[in-house]
Amino acid sequence: MNDNVKVEIRRVLRDHARLPVDIDSIDEQADLFQAGMSSHASVNVMLALEDAFDLEFPDQMLKRSVFESVAGIAAAVNELQPEAA
Amino acid sequence: MSAKGQRPDGRLRSLEMTTQVGIDLVHTDEVREAVLVHGERYLNRVYTEQERQDCGSDPWRLAARFAAKEAAMKALGRDGEPLPWRAIGVRTNASGASSLDLHGAAAALARRRGAVSLSVTLIHEGPLAAAVVLAELG
Repeated sequence: MNDNVKVEIRRVLRDHARLPVDIDSIDEQADLFQAGMSSHASVNVMLALEDAFDLEFPDQMLKRSVFESVAGIAAAVNELQPEAA
Repeated sequence: MSAKGQRPDGRLRSLEMTTQVGIDLVHTDEVREAVLVHGERYLNRVYTEQERQDCGSDPWRLAARFAAKEAAMKALGRDGEPLPWRAIGVRTNASGASSLDLHGAAAALARRRGAVSLSVTLIHEGPLAAAVVLAELG
């Protein structure tokens, strides 16, 4: 996985997830919802990721597990846009 | 939380009937940000045509409907399957009473859970909007 992808994911989370802690202090496997991301904030994150990576999350990816960690998001981006990896 | 559905006279409605409750709370600031930053793309991805007609871009009304979608997912016991937000919609009648419309994946989930009825109530006050959904499962 390209580290730049995870850097960009963390930038999007910093700008849109409204986490009460610094995103850089969160492990890539840590649960973002448990860290304080609301369900609605995850919508803002999803749309910002679509802008950042020029992709669209299909309906079958609209589930909690896709957006619950940096690693989960990175795996989804990789699946939708293999050239980003 | 789950409880056996009982009638006022104490008799069970059905031996298998249960009631599930879902609740959700949304900050209207998050909805306002989404409308400002993502505009039509946000509204089209999350809300049904009926909801868009009822709410326009009013962040309080939209936030209450988003809370209703999340509360319905909780009441129905979503367990990891994909569930687009537009699969659950709120309809409000002329007297102001709200009800839920389920489509696609949400309707399929309700069938699997044996949902007999769904009730919803919405509220918004200050920076917060909330919804409670009651699901009767047979």
